[in-house]
Amino acid sequence: MSSPLGALFGRKFATRWLIGLSAVSILAGSQISLAQSLLNVSYDPTRELYREINTAFTAQWTQKTGQALTIKQSHGGSGAQARAIIDGIDADVATLALAGDIDAIAERTTLLPKTWKTRLPENSAPYTSTIVFLVRKGNPKGIKDWGDLARPGVSVITPNPKTSGGARWNYLAAWAWAQNAYKDDKQVRAFIAALLGNVPVLDTGARGSTTTFAQRGLGDVLISWENEAFLVFDEFGKDNFEIVAPSLSILAEPSVALLDGNVDRKGTRAAAQAYLEFLYTPKAQAIIAKNHYRPRYPEHANPADIAILPKLSFVTVDRDFGGWTKAHKDHFADGGSFDQLYKPSR
Amino acid sequence: MSDALSTEFIGRQKAWLRPAHLTRFALIALGLAFLSFFLFLPLAAVFAEAARRGFPAYLAALSEPDATSAIKLTLFVAAIAVPINIVTGVAAAWAVARFRFFGRNLLVSLIDLPFSVSPVIAGLIYVLLFGAQGYFGPYLRSHGIQIIFAVPGIVLATIFVTFPFVARELIPHMESLGSAEEEAALTLGASPWKMFWTVSVPNVKWSLLYGVLLCNARAMGEFGAVAVVSGKIRGMTTTMPLHVEILYNEYNGPAAFAVASLLAALSLVTLGLKTLLEWRYADSLAARRKH
Amino acid sequence: MSASATRPWKVPSVLPGFGLALGLTLVSLSIIVLIPLAALAIKAASAGWADIIAIATSARTLAALRLSFGAAFVAGLVNGVFGLLLAWVLVRYDFPGRRLLDAAIDLPFALPTAVAGIALTAIWAPNGWLGAIAAQYGVKVAYTPLGIAIALVFVGLPFVVRSVQPVLEEASREVEEASLLLGASHFRTTLSVILPGVLPALVTGATLAFARAIGEYGSVIFIAGNVPMVSEIAPLLIVIKLEQFDYAGAAVVGMLMLLASFGLLVIINGLQAWTRRRLGNV
Repeated sequence: MSSPLGALFGRKFATRWLIGLSAVSILAGSQISLAQSLLNVSYDPTRELYREINTAFTAQWTQKTGQALTIKQSHGGSGAQARAIIDGIDADVATLALAGDIDAIAERTTLLPKTWKTRLPENSAPYTSTIVFLVRKGNPKGIKDWGDLARPGVSVITPNPKTSGGARWNYLAAWAWAQNAYKDDKQVRAFIAALLGNVPVLDTGARGSTTTFAQRGLGDVLISWENEAFLVFDEFGKDNFEIVAPSLSILAEPSVALLDGNVDRKGTRAAAQAYLEFLYTPKAQAIIAKNHYRPRYPEHANPADIAILPKLSFVTVDRDFGGWTKAHKDHFADGGSFDQLYKPSR
Repeated sequence: MSDALSTEFIGRQKAWLRPAHLTRFALIALGLAFLSFFLFLPLAAVFAEAARRGFPAYLAALSEPDATSAIKLTLFVAAIAVPINIVTGVAAAWAVARFRFFGRNLLVSLIDLPFSVSPVIAGLIYVLLFGAQGYFGPYLRSHGIQIIFAVPGIVLATIFVTFPFVARELIPHMESLGSAEEEAALTLGASPWKMFWTVSVPNVKWSLLYGVLLCNARAMGEFGAVAVVSGKIRGMTTTMPLHVEILYNEYNGPAAFAVASLLAALSLVTLGLKTLLEWRYADSLAARRKH
Repeated sequence: MSASATRPWKVPSVLPGFGLALGLTLVSLSIIVLIPLAALAIKAASAGWADIIAIATSARTLAALRLSFGAAFVAGLVNGVFGLLLAWVLVRYDFPGRRLLDAAIDLPFALPTAVAGIALTAIWAPNGWLGAIAAQYGVKVAYTPLGIAIALVFVGLPFVVRSVQPVLEEASREVEEASLLLGASHFRTTLSVILPGVLPALVTGATLAFARAIGEYGSVIFIAGNVPMVSEIAPLLIVIKLEQFDYAGAAVVGMLMLLASFGLLVIINGLQAWTRRRLGNV
């Protein structure tokens, strides 16, 4: 066999494979075993936020300790990410969309105590956010408030509340508005059912929904994280979209937690703890505001970043829905209100 | 040629009106239209979208650290999965094609099974086994072994989905060759290993290479199974197809398509090599022509 | 490795290495395929019969299975028709670019499914290359079952062509010519002489495409829309159940799909045996 293929596959092929294999494994091995490394398992829209936070924190950490540090990120729907942590992804910190998902981790594993929420300031939520509407420029469907989303002929994009934290906030915000407006459980349910009937695509994560709406041009209105809506401005230009602030929204508290079981095994507790505490520092709070989240301490942020956020009135999960455990059971667990009301006819 | 024959029979009509020619033209056109629609257009879309922001942006998307680590991981996974599948595939083909034993047909079906199992199930089973809540997960974890959401899980899932490729190509070829040459080598006093390396392997090397090509293409391109077990840690457990998905979800369409175009180019190379094999070694591959 | 002559379950052979080869095969098959699949079965069984039946017959599971099987069936049909046509064109006609076309048929085998998925979405999304045109006529492709079927046609395309091609190549031309000489029309010859010959291969190919399409995930997930009861495929339902910590539920749906695939596999192997018998020897 004198052809090139013959040479590749002649008698020496085994040796060549072995040499190639060991070369590749050395490459991959060297890349996996870096000095100290943290893994932050987070929800969908925080990609841009943590990219900036991580750069700031690693620089500060190296300056302070002389230790090299890399922070790895994993993003996905909040529920999906909690599942990955429960199934054993080697995360040092969980930064998820809602306390309920971290509660689920505490319930199903021994990675962190059930009292995790009290270990950091502000309910372990270094920033808040809320839910707004993103519509196409000129608001052709005239969408002003939640009531408009249930109108026939309006196409609504929102992710699946079973897997997406953002979608759960969306759902509860809509529910709270309807309760306020109708004061009658039957009408609330009819409204939610009509709204869900207007949803043509149910992505598994908030990011998927934003892509569907902004990039794929589907739907008249996106029920969105506030920060995600502003990100669409940054990514796709302000000429194509408008933000509509509903009359009532929900105060979303995305929570962060140290996963004790993992950091103690990996020996990364000090760095991981410092990382979470860093989120409350003036520097991080400014980065948080810059990425269009609502910082806990707005005095540290650039006032311009705060000024563009719409003024809204809020309900909260703890006050209006009896906390996440109850809200989850009432609405999102199997057989909850979402399962009862989501019966697409098409 | 039957065209000549049919021409004679319908010779009375004008050439271009001949039904045979019309049908022929129509069928080719229809086939081409179908292929353009379903094959060439998606392929073109990959390269066109990748080129959208120009060549420098394209290069930047491929040389960014997360992209290079995804490329390395993909190569690494294939470099483990493919040799393992060569060994097991050759062993399976030897057992199945050279011997008659009870349960042989069942064995063939079981080897084929991963072909018809959804990739998602391929990922799910390893989560059920090795996840922290799985059957072996807690034990492995207490001994510091991480399989799911780490490279070993990705390798396992990849081996699963590519398990049948080598054996499937080898079995029909080895069956059609028969074992006369191997028996002759033994009669002439060759040792079993000598017979294996000098007779059996050279006889089937083209179909072996063919199987390896397909196995490698699938190993590098697997998405569903790997997505379930990867955990999608950027720069650590993202293979190229997963990196494509991540970029796509970060509104970074051009970068996603840049990485996708690399994978598409890889698949074109695979097709090229495969076609080359089929043209040059058509005879020794003749037994193979089915999937 | 073994003195195999004494084994009652095996035909004696002079060839060496049976024990080693079979041992290696069984060990790897067990580690990679059988034990993990057994874990799936055990997990599914742990749900208990009442729950298994409840999950299996829930409207959402049934809708997902109906969609997966339905869209895969449609794709199998489309691939059956066009696969036969393409095989015919490639075997019977000579035209410029034929070999290139022949080579290109295997593209879906080689192209990663995620790449196919984003490419198809770029084409068929409402603002995509063709999706925009379709939208003008009020046809939605991406994020509907139609988009799913298109993705499944893509992944299943090579199966029928590659199954039918060798049969057409080997089918004797003499029978066909005899039929023509005896006065039968082209159409009739095609229908009554050639088609029955390729039928087993055609059915095998279409079944293979169908089986592959049922479990397909990567290319579908981008274009599917993922609306429960409408455009949520069964593999996605497994992923979603997993993401809701419902391991048993995921395992039950997985088991249902697995049983269906295994049933199909048995059918395919039977079909291939039928093909071999009809053709004498391939």
